[in-house]
Amino acid sequence: MKITQISVFLENRKGRLYEVCSLLGDNDINIRALTVAETESFGVLRIVVDKSDAAVTLLRDSGFVANFTDVVAIEVGDRPGGLASVLKIFAANDVNIEYMYGFVEKHSDKALLVFRFEDADFAQQVLAKHSISVVTRKEIEGL
Amino acid sequence: MIWKEDVECADRAVLQVLQSDHLKKLIPYIYHNCPVYKQKLEDAGVSPDSVQSIDDIKRLPFTTKEDMRDHYPYGLFSAPQDQINEIHVSSGTTGNPTLVGYTRDDLALWGDVMARTLCCAGAEPDDTIQIAYGYGLFTGGLGFHYGALEMGLRIIPTSSGQTARQLKIMQDFKPRIIGCTPSYALYMAEEAKEMGIDPREGNWRIGIFGAEPWSDSIRHEIEDAWNMLATDVYGLSEIIGPGVAQECQHKDGLHIFSDVFFPEIIDPETGEEVAPGEDGELVITTLTKQGIPLIRYRTRDIVSISCEKCRCGRTSPRISKIKGRTDDMIVVRGINVFPSQIEHVLVGIEGTQPHYQIVVDRQAHKLDQVEVLVEVEERFFSDEIKHLNELRDTIRKEIQAVLSVGVKVTLVEPKTIERSMGKSKRIVDKRTL
Repeated sequence: MKITQISVFLENRKGRLYEVCSLLGDNDINIRALTVAETESFGVLRIVVDKSDAAVTLLRDSGFVANFTDVVAIEVGDRPGGLASVLKIFAANDVNIEYMYGFVEKHSDKALLVFRFEDADFAQQVLAKHSISVVTRKEIEGL
Repeated sequence: MIWKEDVECADRAVLQVLQSDHLKKLIPYIYHNCPVYKQKLEDAGVSPDSVQSIDDIKRLPFTTKEDMRDHYPYGLFSAPQDQINEIHVSSGTTGNPTLVGYTRDDLALWGDVMARTLCCAGAEPDDTIQIAYGYGLFTGGLGFHYGALEMGLRIIPTSSGQTARQLKIMQDFKPRIIGCTPSYALYMAEEAKEMGIDPREGNWRIGIFGAEPWSDSIRHEIEDAWNMLATDVYGLSEIIGPGVAQECQHKDGLHIFSDVFFPEIIDPETGEEVAPGEDGELVITTLTKQGIPLIRYRTRDIVSISCEKCRCGRTSPRISKIKGRTDDMIVVRGINVFPSQIEHVLVGIEGTQPHYQIVVDRQAHKLDQVEVLVEVEERFFSDEIKHLNELRDTIRKEIQAVLSVGVKVTLVEPKTIERSMGKSKRIVDKRTL
């Protein structure tokens, strides 16, 4: 099952990340996972939050460019080789990963990772076939 | 020396007779050979026979850059294409470039006015000139070339760019005159110093700088760096290219060759003539051109004019350095840049036009830098950096293709570009000109 990531365009300016985070915090939106991809002049903030729709509306109203991206959250064993075992399956099945990052907190005793796949639907079929458990939207909201 | 003393130093009355004679021939020639102008003259209620003296010029309609664009490519030509010997193009405001064509006589005229220009700057027949204006579709290089050829100078046609080679040639041949853009002169001086070459060493006497606006402070900087007299040349491809007006050694205004390029200074709003000394838009009529003669061409350059005789002996009127523009054109490294060109590119890429801003800057002794800021919008925003970089590169390449100037494109957040009265401020010029 896919979950929703919010992507936000950010210029490389002092305090800009703080402004996004405090805006979300002030409105009682909790960030579950976060990563920033940066270039020399701009960055893209990628976050998973508990209230996606509210967060995007809030960001857009505050003048940010923000949109939704389908991602998949996967639990992997929190032990040496845990991530490798999942990546091996992707590699063997030609599943391309655009980027990935980790969750702030743990859902269980496993590590929780966000994957942005080139083809999310195809990736999900492969995941299901190999019985790799994905985290649902409901679970994210309840984290 | 004065190349054409009989006209350059002629009494005003003699000059007016000459100008009247030219105009009396020009109007019927255009009327009978150029349907677009025929229509324009008829619309203005001017019969070709009614133009009897230069004072009648005020009754004639203006010609604008839009006319050139609307009738691209050949609509404003008066000579048939088989008589056109050479064409040049410069960038237009949108879409079509501005095309100009020269007959054999026009090329001779260009050589003549450029020889006058070189002499006015102080060139002597045994001088060597390094022409570091671009050769090609741009009129700078070839215009200087024809003038130097006419005068019999020794020509080193380096064209622009390849700075290390330019400096090597300077050291080996020790030319006394250089022609290039003022910013390139400063850039070359700086490069020379970095290579351990003293630009002041050499036989330099005169620099003839133009194709972009520059101030007296830049003049002093160039004169100091190169140990030469820095003079200003004015021209535009629509009229002929370089060779419309030139400063003499007194550097007190640019002598406009008014026997062939008749100047008027008008209020750009009303079209009425302003008094000598007052700022207004320079309007030029090409009195003797054949290929694409223009009547009352609106240059959009703001200048003032002085009709007093100069200490050098020339009676030709003098225009001031360009004080501004009536439109939003800027000149970057000798190339005309209109915001509308960039708008055109952005619309082409994105379907609608995002907010943008052009920032022009010049680091000390460096060439002009152009940065185009484009506000990111949701419809082309992507969570993937590679897509955003691809978009930025596409915008950059397409703008560069249209402008022929290297630019940097920076994606910025929405609403970060300053808006004045609801419209974005399209150009920020940070250069000290």
